[in-house]
Amino acid sequence: MAPPPRSGDAIFANVDRVNAELFTLTYGAIVRQLLTDLEEVDEVNKQLDQMGYNIGIRLIDEFLAKSNISTCVDFKETAEVIAKVGFKMFLGVTASVSNWDPEGTTCSIILEDNPLVDFVELPDTCQGLYYCNILSGVVRGALEMVSMKTEITWVRDMLRGDDAFELRLKLLKQVPEEYPYKDDE
Amino acid sequence: MIGVGKTKQYANVLDRPISKGKQEVSLSAFAFLFSELVQYNQTQVDNIAELERRLEDAGYAVGARVLELLCHREKGNRRETRLLGILSFVHSTVWKVLFGKVADSLEKGTEHEDEYMISEKELLVNRFISVPKDMGTFNCGAFVAGIVRGVLDGAGFPAVVTAHFVPVDGQQRPRTTILIKFAEEVLVREARLG
Repeated sequence: MAPPPRSGDAIFANVDRVNAELFTLTYGAIVRQLLTDLEEVDEVNKQLDQMGYNIGIRLIDEFLAKSNISTCVDFKETAEVIAKVGFKMFLGVTASVSNWDPEGTTCSIILEDNPLVDFVELPDTCQGLYYCNILSGVVRGALEMVSMKTEITWVRDMLRGDDAFELRLKLLKQVPEEYPYKDDE
Repeated sequence: MIGVGKTKQYANVLDRPISKGKQEVSLSAFAFLFSELVQYNQTQVDNIAELERRLEDAGYAVGARVLELLCHREKGNRRETRLLGILSFVHSTVWKVLFGKVADSLEKGTEHEDEYMISEKELLVNRFISVPKDMGTFNCGAFVAGIVRGVLDGAGFPAVVTAHFVPVDGQQRPRTTILIKFAEEVLVREARLG
């Protein structure tokens, strides 16, 4: 029998951890480097999303290995798992899920505590920057690896004066899993 | 950690209470992020020296901020003005906050008066890194060298800081040594202070 799923808190308590400030400042250094190199804020948003995607497609393995979570029955469960287990086990913070559409394919993940943005304030020249765009890339990449194509956008951003961070997740399509082998082989 | 309710009251980041620095994220989150930093910079350069310089630049930005943060939080708004003081600040305070432990050793160079070395058996940023053969002496520790240079420079101790792998007898993996070579003016000032 498969071991029971573990809670985000339990996993986080057991993994190696580092000071969040090192993480925050390193992320800040990355964003600053991108702004210098790419100059256009839109390009930086794109690059951050790409970096997140690269992380997401690898991070999902660790996530599945440590959480013992098996297939979610629907997108609602998936979103809950991302918010409660995923965010907790990597970033040490929990998020909540709300604002479901009637079809159950679009929802919001709301983050009130976000280690990426300590010490950060957006200058006037960077108003179009989605500073945390790496996070949306991570979620998109990770979900793609478990057969879900999603579109993820920022609805609220505390760096832009909102009261929380809100990621809007839209399930575009669920790609049926294809096995690289056939049963009779 | 800044309370959720409180955050809303402060419009400006400087108005907020400074965090105590107790919050943590998973090591893998940092490792993933660091790996993206390295990979991105690889696309921006033609050679290893350039790559190390860019990682060092990124680290420098971190170091400059760490100095400010730690002087304020750990040192009651004072900063070290003497050579040994600042070195032990880097080796102990900075290392402890960033890497959760004091650095394995701090030594004075034997051949040159202006050289000091901080060594670490397994530097955090090198923990999950294996350097491909064709990349020669490349060391991701350049990022940490940058942090050290950022702290020292900000405190008025300009130096050239580099990261090197040093093989250790009986160990499969080499240790990383951060070599600090102070600018001449620093030693002149230090000598004058007596």
